[in-house]
Amino acid sequence: MSHTVMQARDLTRHYEVSQGFLKPKAMVKALNGVSFELKAGKTLAVVGESGCGKSTLARQLTLIEAPTAGSLVLEGVDIAKASKAELKALRSKVQMVFQNPYASLNPRQKIGDQLGEPLLINTNLSAKEREEKVRAMMKRVGLRPEHYYRYPHMFSGGQRQRIAIARAMMLQPQIVVADEPTSALDVSIQAQVLNLFMDLQDEFNTAYVFISHNLAVVEHVADDLMVMYLGRAVEVGTKEVIYDKPLHPYTQALLSATPSIHEEDRRVKIKIQGELPSPLNPPTGCAFHKRCPYASAQCSQDVPQLRTLLGREVACHHAETINA
Amino acid sequence: MSLLQIKNLSVEFGNAANPFRAVEGLDLTVNQGEIVGIVGESGSGKSVTMMAMMGLLEGQGRIVADQLEFDGKNLLTISARERRKIVGKDIAMIFQDPMTSLNPSYTVGYQIMEVLKVHQGLRGAELKARALELMELVEIPAPKSRLEAYPHQLSGGMSQRVMIAVALACNPKLLIADEPTTALDVTIQAQIMDLLVNLQKERNMALLMITHDLAVIAEVAHRVAVMYAGQVAEEGVVPQLFRRPVHPYTQALLSSIPEHSKGAHRLSTLPGIVPGQYDRPKGCLLSPRCPHVQPRCRDERPAITPHQHGAVRCFYPLFDKEAS
Repeated sequence: MSHTVMQARDLTRHYEVSQGFLKPKAMVKALNGVSFELKAGKTLAVVGESGCGKSTLARQLTLIEAPTAGSLVLEGVDIAKASKAELKALRSKVQMVFQNPYASLNPRQKIGDQLGEPLLINTNLSAKEREEKVRAMMKRVGLRPEHYYRYPHMFSGGQRQRIAIARAMMLQPQIVVADEPTSALDVSIQAQVLNLFMDLQDEFNTAYVFISHNLAVVEHVADDLMVMYLGRAVEVGTKEVIYDKPLHPYTQALLSATPSIHEEDRRVKIKIQGELPSPLNPPTGCAFHKRCPYASAQCSQDVPQLRTLLGREVACHHAETINA
Repeated sequence: MSLLQIKNLSVEFGNAANPFRAVEGLDLTVNQGEIVGIVGESGSGKSVTMMAMMGLLEGQGRIVADQLEFDGKNLLTISARERRKIVGKDIAMIFQDPMTSLNPSYTVGYQIMEVLKVHQGLRGAELKARALELMELVEIPAPKSRLEAYPHQLSGGMSQRVMIAVALACNPKLLIADEPTTALDVTIQAQIMDLLVNLQKERNMALLMITHDLAVIAEVAHRVAVMYAGQVAEEGVVPQLFRRPVHPYTQALLSSIPEHSKGAHRLSTLPGIVPGQYDRPKGCLLSPRCPHVQPRCRDERPAITPHQHGAVRCFYPLFDKEAS
């Protein structure tokens, strides 16, 4: 059994936004009580459309921001109670890969130096040892030795993402949070990068939090799946269970909206109207009720809580009746 | 008679000593009422082809073609004044990023009305009524008040609807959509694709869809051309082309999509990247990456040759493989 490396309980993050001079500040509830458990060597995929809080979640998990409420336990340490030194040590255990590798690499620093930087900051290795480690990791992710002295602009998008992955892996972290790591890449390059992710996971037993809007990619990489809508998880479970029979109307709509090449793979199209509501002014009750084809009066009043149903957790008042 | 006929189109950039062929020997026909897809990875020449056709490359690229005809008019020799009468009226275009293709300083209504003023000479109440009609046509909620809205007040999906309204203002015969849904979320993508296909059917218009997303094309197009490094690698009817691709590139592209490797741990990949300006091989452009490469492929460039369901640019197309 693999052990739990990360545990989030009701993770919440609210932002205050200014509405203008003399107007009261408004509250954006970007993340509204998200809970999950991540095991070593496993991949949790977080799926949702823009504005659903995926990236806010990533910022909490990588300790870039502190959550407004809720707890986050990393390797048995509660980050709310951790000291500065403990936090520093924890930060090296959670690394991140971003969507746009060109923006996340320093254009004025050589690749070798960028990859060596995590080691320089977090370890006491000598320059020679660092270079050895960097070169080994470069080889591991499919970069050639001569790339050591090159700058980011000299690489293609796929290679840059390899560099970003190598940098995240330098300290052999327990957890890598990847925020849309292949969205900027072409399909053939995407396949190469996804394979690299899978290989590294096998080798280092790293746990991934894989944030994506591409359900086909998610189906390939995920073990567990969390579907988010407007700051809340609406359906959480193993990939097999959810892809086999999604219960939440939003998950159903999301899956059916994903185009597929072959007719036999296409799901019955469920049309949902309208767009994601503004998080500044979310609808009352279930956040999805204004777009949901099954919405009832109850949905506009009560916020549905996650509850266990058919082997997964789902937050919908009518999950039984609509799936009967 | 076909609406758009392109034969042997080449587009060259750079100076005479150091030319770069972005598009080479491209043939394409689009008939009235047909949806044709052009798919390819970045740098394959999809967008340059369209820009050459629309006359948007003047002064930058050299365009050579045996034939470049739209609705019986030769677009190569046409004067700029004549071209302006066609472009925006009979040929309309929508782009990938609706936010940057709308002018931020003018209201949405103004931008729709501008087209109607220029091409149809509408004025006053008639003009307003027609603009409102177009807003309703693309299913924008509260169209009357939205006419007064500025682009920044609209979401991505709404902006793309406005772009479609502008494009359809003069009842074009051909609508070119360059990655129309790439910047949008999946549920919004499904809405926009629905809208485009319905409008296309209703008006029996020709639709040319340029995208990197094979699944989107597979769901809507009648015919598809797969481009690689400036050439059409394979052309054929849907769904045959997706069921039995005969060009090694098409096959590799399809199998690198996660959808095709369900249950597999690794995705099949095409090693390497698309050749750029300086590393184009002498022979077949795919030869350095092709898994089926033969000595002949490295020395000669194959011509595009027709077969039962389409055409393919390969010396050794994979006809035998389809039988197995």
